[in-house]
Amino acid sequence: MSRLLHDVHPGPSRRTRWIIVGVIGLLFLVPIAAMIEFTLRRGLDGGYDFSRWIAVFGGGLGTEYKPIFTGLGNSLLLAVVTVVVMLALLVPTMVLVRIRFPQLQRVLEFVCLIPITIPAIVLVVGLAPVYSVIARMFGSGVWTLAFAYGVIVLPYAFRSIQTNLVAVDVVTLSEAARSLGAGWLTILFRVVVPNIRRGLLAASFISVAVVLGEYTIAALLNRVNLQTALVVVSKADPFVAVIFALLALVFAFILLIAIGRIGGTPSSTGRRRRRNRRALPSPSQKAAA
Amino acid sequence: MTDTITSPVVPASAGRRVRFPTSMLGLVPFAAYVLLFLGLPTVIALVTGFLDGDGAFTLSNLAALGNPVVLNTFGNSLWLSALTAVIGALLGAVFCYALIGANPTGALRSVVDAASGVLAQFGGVMLAFAFVATIGIQGMITVFLRDSLGIDIFANGVWLYDTPGLILPYIYFQVPLMIITFSPALESLKPQWAEANAMLGGSTLSYWRHVGVPVLLPSFFGCLLLLFANAFSSFATAAALTSQGSEIVPLQIRGALTSETVLGQENLAGSLALGMIVVMIVVMSIYSVLMRRAARWQR
Repeated sequence: MSRLLHDVHPGPSRRTRWIIVGVIGLLFLVPIAAMIEFTLRRGLDGGYDFSRWIAVFGGGLGTEYKPIFTGLGNSLLLAVVTVVVMLALLVPTMVLVRIRFPQLQRVLEFVCLIPITIPAIVLVVGLAPVYSVIARMFGSGVWTLAFAYGVIVLPYAFRSIQTNLVAVDVVTLSEAARSLGAGWLTILFRVVVPNIRRGLLAASFISVAVVLGEYTIAALLNRVNLQTALVVVSKADPFVAVIFALLALVFAFILLIAIGRIGGTPSSTGRRRRRNRRALPSPSQKAAA
Repeated sequence: MTDTITSPVVPASAGRRVRFPTSMLGLVPFAAYVLLFLGLPTVIALVTGFLDGDGAFTLSNLAALGNPVVLNTFGNSLWLSALTAVIGALLGAVFCYALIGANPTGALRSVVDAASGVLAQFGGVMLAFAFVATIGIQGMITVFLRDSLGIDIFANGVWLYDTPGLILPYIYFQVPLMIITFSPALESLKPQWAEANAMLGGSTLSYWRHVGVPVLLPSFFGCLLLLFANAFSSFATAAALTSQGSEIVPLQIRGALTSETVLGQENLAGSLALGMIVVMIVVMSIYSVLMRRAARWQR
């Protein structure tokens, strides 16, 4: 499109684009390069080597680094529970509102976007008493934080799912299914969910990224997660803490590249996945739209 | 919930009317969850601002908001957020401009999207590490400037762990957020407008002056406000960077929450939270007005 309209198109020329992207991109790479440089430093006598990276990957870390692995384990557990909480509570509600209560659409959207406007630190002030009750009911296991995390991922999850839900005509699809005698469970799991699989995956990935980066709530409720553990370890050995921060960064980056792939055009990987699953021979998105 | 889902099949025509209130039950789990973990904490946070140590109603915590120390922290938070929002919004908008016409499914766009997502979401602790490694006392840039150019950035004292030290890290997560929120607005610029402008003999400059900028302005200011709110509520970066002192409001709330020396301090946290919420309500109200104006062009 922009090729044809090149003369009238308001966008930058190729050269301008690459200058801007290059300059700002390089500026943003400096701190990351500094982190890498930092992890390679050899200590007082100067010079660089890979000894710390080898220690991290070769299992040569002593017990003083245990908090990181505890924190990583906790964060992964939290990511899984948060995704489950998010999917189990949000998806049926969004589908139900879309199909049965369109008049509640705006209310639901408003509620889901509220967490953006309430700073996590404010939420913690009120969550502290709520969690003292929860600790009495469920114990103080770290997984209970997933209830709070389910709230903070709400805006991102809602938007990912909503984009997909609007693109697929779930109302017509569900009415068709109902006229063929399907019940609600069948409609939800065999008609709607397969059609919004992309949105659900994107919502899950972004939730994982948010949970892995979360610090405020865990720190103030005195739970250990990846980020709080990194802060603790960084006081004793900043080098290893920075290595783990870099690894987490790369992991999140790959996760979001995957979201981009899923959210974009139907790729060959998407099609391959579709063939491997059992419950998916439903009308394709194109037919639905 | 199960009896809602397995409720008898309704005729297709009933889909848009509320005929079976039982299906309302399907909304209960989510509603209960949101009330318990979003509504209740917010109300508690606000109410504790009005309670004293014994749980009686008082306005004395609110009076604490007028305390010079507290006012100073709010001032710090406000200027830090405003400054980084403006710089972040300008840099981000320039970057978004550079992306106009780039292939939306190309490598450049996917890398930029993913990188912005990571850097906007993942700030916090990692960001603090990154900037200690860059412009800390032994940081890469600090050492380079000192050894190669003879410039000592800390000649007037180490400012990295004070409020000025937060400016660069904040910009580092503000620009990606701007890219995420502002690029959809640029995509709403229709090629037809450029064609119309060209057909009427307009130049690129007149296009931007009469079409592009007026259309984008509400979105730009909307995103600017979002950036402000984002910086205002940010906690993790500052907490990981500065272990002592409370130059900005979120750190002061932590101080009030964790302090065990002064009784009734957790109620001060409540009134600080109230102060933050008031600022956020003002910002987000203007934001929604601006976004409604911007939405006119985004159909």
